[in-house]
Amino acid sequence: MAEQETPKYTPATPEMVDEVLSAYPDRAKKMRAKHITVKTEGCASCSVKSNSKTVPGLMTARGCAYAGAKGVVFGPVKDMIHISHGPVGCGYYSWGNRRNLAEGELGVNNFVPFQFTSDFSENDIVYGGDKKLEQICREVKELFPTVKGISVMSECPVGLIGDDIESVSKKMSKELDLPIVPVRCEGFRGISQSLGHHIANDAVRDHLLGKKEREEEVGPYDVSLIGDYNIGGDAWASIKILEEMGLRVRNVWTGDSTIEMLQTAHQVKLNLIHCYRSMNYICKHMEETYGIPHMEFNFFGPTKIKQSIRAIAARFDETIQEKAEAVIAKYEPMMQAVIDKYRPRLEGKKVMLYVGGLRPRHVIGAYEDLGMEVVGTGYEFAHKDDYDRTMPMMGDNTVIYDDVTAYELEEFVNRMKPDLIGSGVKEKYVFEKMGYPFRQMHSWDYSGPYHAYDGFPIFARDMDIALSSPTWGLAKAPWKKETVKEVR
Amino acid sequence: MSENTTCACTSTKAAVEYLNSVEYKEKNFARKALSINPAKACQPLGALLCALGIEGCLPFVHGSQGCAAYFRNTLNRHFREPIPTVSDSMTEDSAVFGGQNNLIEGLKNAYQVYKPSMMAVFTTCMAEVIGDDLNAFINNARAAESIPKDFPIAFAQTPSFVGSHITGFDNMLKALLQSLADTRHGKWTNGRLYLVPGFDTYPGNLREYKKLVRAMGIPLTVLPDAEEAMDAPHTGEYNMYPKGTTMAELADALNASGFIFTQKFSTSGTYKFVKNVQKINTEMVTMPIGIKNTDNFLMALSEMTGKPIPAELEKERGRAVDSATDAHQYIHGKRFAMFGDPDLLLGLTGFLLEMGGIPVHIVCTNGTEAFRKELQKVLDGSPFGKEATVHTGRDLWHLRSLLMTEPVDMLLGDSHGKFDAKDANIPLVRIGFPIVDRVNMHRSPIVGYEGAINLVTMIANTFMEQTDRTCPDRFFELLR
Repeated sequence: MAEQETPKYTPATPEMVDEVLSAYPDRAKKMRAKHITVKTEGCASCSVKSNSKTVPGLMTARGCAYAGAKGVVFGPVKDMIHISHGPVGCGYYSWGNRRNLAEGELGVNNFVPFQFTSDFSENDIVYGGDKKLEQICREVKELFPTVKGISVMSECPVGLIGDDIESVSKKMSKELDLPIVPVRCEGFRGISQSLGHHIANDAVRDHLLGKKEREEEVGPYDVSLIGDYNIGGDAWASIKILEEMGLRVRNVWTGDSTIEMLQTAHQVKLNLIHCYRSMNYICKHMEETYGIPHMEFNFFGPTKIKQSIRAIAARFDETIQEKAEAVIAKYEPMMQAVIDKYRPRLEGKKVMLYVGGLRPRHVIGAYEDLGMEVVGTGYEFAHKDDYDRTMPMMGDNTVIYDDVTAYELEEFVNRMKPDLIGSGVKEKYVFEKMGYPFRQMHSWDYSGPYHAYDGFPIFARDMDIALSSPTWGLAKAPWKKETVKEVR
Repeated sequence: MSENTTCACTSTKAAVEYLNSVEYKEKNFARKALSINPAKACQPLGALLCALGIEGCLPFVHGSQGCAAYFRNTLNRHFREPIPTVSDSMTEDSAVFGGQNNLIEGLKNAYQVYKPSMMAVFTTCMAEVIGDDLNAFINNARAAESIPKDFPIAFAQTPSFVGSHITGFDNMLKALLQSLADTRHGKWTNGRLYLVPGFDTYPGNLREYKKLVRAMGIPLTVLPDAEEAMDAPHTGEYNMYPKGTTMAELADALNASGFIFTQKFSTSGTYKFVKNVQKINTEMVTMPIGIKNTDNFLMALSEMTGKPIPAELEKERGRAVDSATDAHQYIHGKRFAMFGDPDLLLGLTGFLLEMGGIPVHIVCTNGTEAFRKELQKVLDGSPFGKEATVHTGRDLWHLRSLLMTEPVDMLLGDSHGKFDAKDANIPLVRIGFPIVDRVNMHRSPIVGYEGAINLVTMIANTFMEQTDRTCPDRFFELLR
């Protein structure tokens, strides 16, 4: 096996960014320049434009409102049937692809691994899909008598042909005595998944939240876990900590969740929000309407977990605070053992990230626990408030990129030569072909969980697997002459 | 609970029993509007796979950017390969004013940054519903100097509410020929055979076709040839434009000495264009899965070109037949259910019948009546085909009812079948697209004699593995 080449890491500079952007036509260059910055000392110019239109023709990783509403927010609610309303594709491509694990009997109280669609034909486009939707609702109830609710997730054509899914939902809800939630998440709305989250939050607010009361009185330690989608079991790992602290997790939004958890979430004392981007709207609403405070927390890596546990406990009485310290005391030695094992191998390694939601900032601490440094990060669909939270976490000479294009990310990597890249499946094989260790940081690369104390040992192991795989050393045939690779 | 249901679903167990019942199957087959787990994607996905087969071609999605992201990650997960594709990111204002500005700006940016040799433009349903005129838009893009006047572009309309991914593949392929192939030079031919593999997600299949045709000494172009796009070698460098059908080969396509189509339903429009409009010497065969289908493929090649089938292929055939006879006892009399694209099912049925396997449930979501008739003919030609029912337009929830009420021994299909197979407690052998929970299944062929050996291996060994894992200890033994 050939020795692995030592990558020569080069920190980002504003000149590097200019050089990369020089390949663009003027208008594209001007637009893209606002979305990228290099954090320098003092950080005077530290801001990036975000949440604006993608430049046409530049390969973006972004998805659409439907992806945000059905794929992210509603999809994991397990005892509802989510109808992808329109042509077959959207439901097909989002079928089982987000690893929202859910416990339950398929077809009875768990419909997460299904794809329900109205599979529009040309006739439905011409004559409208409202009648078909009525029929679909009846068939859902007939075939799945145990279903607890329906969501109607509109695809692009539904909004364009002027269907009235709101009326149909209202009518059928009455006829079938079943909550039916119309969600106007046509893919052309907004500029990314982000508006889909917002639309879905609003749909929950208008059609589900507060529509049911749990008979039991609200306990002093009742909380909701918001913005955890149970990727690879993340929510289960997080719940474990919270319950060991003495809290009672009444609802999870929306990993492994039920419609009742959406309906009764006004009956808790505190909302704990992990993915701020996708669920902040509803948390703010609950604060204003029901007086339920919310707080952000971070369960990636022992340092952040400890801080978060203490911050959460500070919202409660001494009973919880004592238990919180006991939880920390119980798990810290285990986490230290993980660090002792992996840190010597990972110390000093440079990481570049490009993900969505909360991860471009939330996972930084977990890497730092392993002695690794994040030297570039960015979001697919963040807003200003996400970047405001990110900038202070980044060191000098790190590059921050919003809605980065495939070309930009490849060029930044070519120039900076990090040791590890964490991004999505569309990026994965590009960088692996280039010989860069890579982990998918949306799906945990089919591993996980990565959240909480259960997740960190898996996270550490996975990063080590990526970095120390002997397969990277096989790329060059031994009879090939060594050549120095020029930067394009 | 509504009154029209007969389920006394007082417990989870009772609810599951209801789902598994014959009565439920009848209700399930009576549904008219709701589609549950349909085994088909939409047109632009097929168009994208087609475009990836032309060397230097950048696929360009005209419409919503989320669609492009979905097509890409669906293909990424199956092939575990990069899938470069741009979109012009149409949003709400484009829905009102049309997508021309997006297309013009998108072409300009994509051309300058990604330096393709050509682009293949296809549409999402958003652009189709608002009625964008691609031809006019592209001409306007040229006039606006967004791309050079002579820059090659093929465009196809691929509405997702018509047909499925195989329709999109066909539409894109036909568009490539119509836009970028030179006019035919009368009777002169370039002496090359063009092989059209159709919507085939096995780079191993394309390699197998090349091997077989070359063994016969026939100059060959595969159109489109996405073999390397689907399976690029790891060299330490990323090449956005791997080898494929060259632009020159595409330009010269209508001067081919002949065309052979190895699928019948994923390229029917292109087939008609080549055979009936262009009047090129054209053959179409059943996807060469199994011994007899491969025999027919080779004989068709021989007939078209006058070249004999060489001894080395006869030897290869002999080895495949040997693998079939060696393993016949493990497959003979076993009952199968299968689902997938029409051409795959047509070939696979032939293979099962020649092994003595018994197809029972055949579900083809995107199958037409013409397909059903053709498959029925294949089934009627064998005593092993008597028990089969072909279900077109049905989905994997129908399939589940079939499996629960009329059990079989094995399911053949893509990864989406794993839930049905688990409920029915039978093994799933992964064949088709997408396969996203196993590695490397696409790299080995399922066509040709080599493919027949692979299928025998997968199916027979899965049965034997199952015996080893489930048999009582006293029946656990060395020999199988």
